[in-house]
Parts: sequence; C-alpha cells; structure tokens
Amino acid sequence: MSNNPKCNCGASPAPTGIIYSCSGAADVGEIADRAARKISRETNVKMSCLAGIGGRVSGLLANASAAPVLVAIDGCPLDCAKKTLELAGFTNVKHVRVTDHDFRKGASPASDGAVDKIAAVAASLL
Amino acid sequence: MKKIQILGTGCPKCKALYSAAESAAKTAGIEYTLEKVTDIGAIASFGVMFTPALVIDGEVKLAGRVPTADEVKKLLA
Repeated sequence: MSNNPKCNCGASPAPTGIIYSCSGAADVGEIADRAARKISRETNVKMSCLAGIGGRVSGLLANASAAPVLVAIDGCPLDCAKKTLELAGFTNVKHVRVTDHDFRKGASPASDGAVDKIAAVAASLL
Repeated sequence: MKKIQILGTGCPKCKALYSAAESAAKTAGIEYTLEKVTDIGAIASFGVMFTPALVIDGEVKLAGRVPTADEVKKLLA
C-alpha cells in the first residue's frame, strides 16, 4: 500500500486502480505477489493489502470502494484473492490466475521472466 | 460524542467534505468534534489511498469522494 496518499482533486493524481495479490505460499503465489508489486511500481495502479480486506480494515475497504478498477492476481485455481474480495462485497474485479498461463503450481520458480509475463497479463486488463 | 475527522491535504474537495460533515452533524443535533487531518503521515496511518476521506470514531467510512450532507448524516446515525 502506498504511504503517500494523493488527493483526487489536487495536482497529484489518485491511483487509477488497486491491485491485490493472493501472495500465497506456493511458487505461483510468489509470482502473483511480485507481479502485483511490479505493476504498483511501474504504473499508477497501486498494490494494496489483501489481508486488510479479509480483516475488514475500514481504510482499506474504503480504498477498494473508491478505486475505479480492482485487479486480483491469484496463483492457483483456489482463487483466494478473488474470493476474499467477493466476500467483502467487491464483485467487479478483473482477475488473473497464474496457472492459466503455462505455470504449474510447485514447478514454477518465481523468475523475473515469470513475473514479467504475469505482470504483462495484468497490465493488459487495465 | 462523535469524533469526526476529515482526511485530506486541504484541496477544495476536502473543504467540501468538511462542510458537508459539519452541516450533517449540526442537523443531526449530536455532540461531536470535527477535525481536519492534513498531515500525510497521519492520513497514511488510516491506510487511505484516496482523499478526501471521512472518519467517524476511528472508522474510515468513505474515501475519494464528497458525499452529500444527508449521506453523512446517515453515517453518523
């Protein structure tokens, strides 16, 4: 999450979207996490903490409500990030699943190439 | 006593939210305190990425837009 909030109405633009990652324990979860961080570094779509959505942290829920676009990257078909957002009431979420892109859970080290590929898929949805 | 905080660095929308909150609180006839929070670090401590934001008794109720006074009144209820 950004520690430098921008005002919608000031000179600095607010984020154009928020990206969440399952950040799961498996290799594909690591790819998801790093891809989300890459998007956050390189674009105005900023990563925010999925745990804050699960924990119903009011500031993070308000961010999700305010964001023009929500993106979730899940590592595997368990789709934990997408389901966490849905359970909090956020159903209009653009979704990327790492294992849908030629990565197999447990056999896909989080290489720079893998991260770049998934980040590109996510970026194509924005 | 409701504690109302407006998070924002002082732009016109932040001021509009302050006015809406003040109007709503007065109309509701409640006891309240109303505070502007303009420090970036203090704003970030709420986890907010979009301003202005409205905080009531420590809970961020909304962010990134200016609600009507009626909407704020409902949030104060």
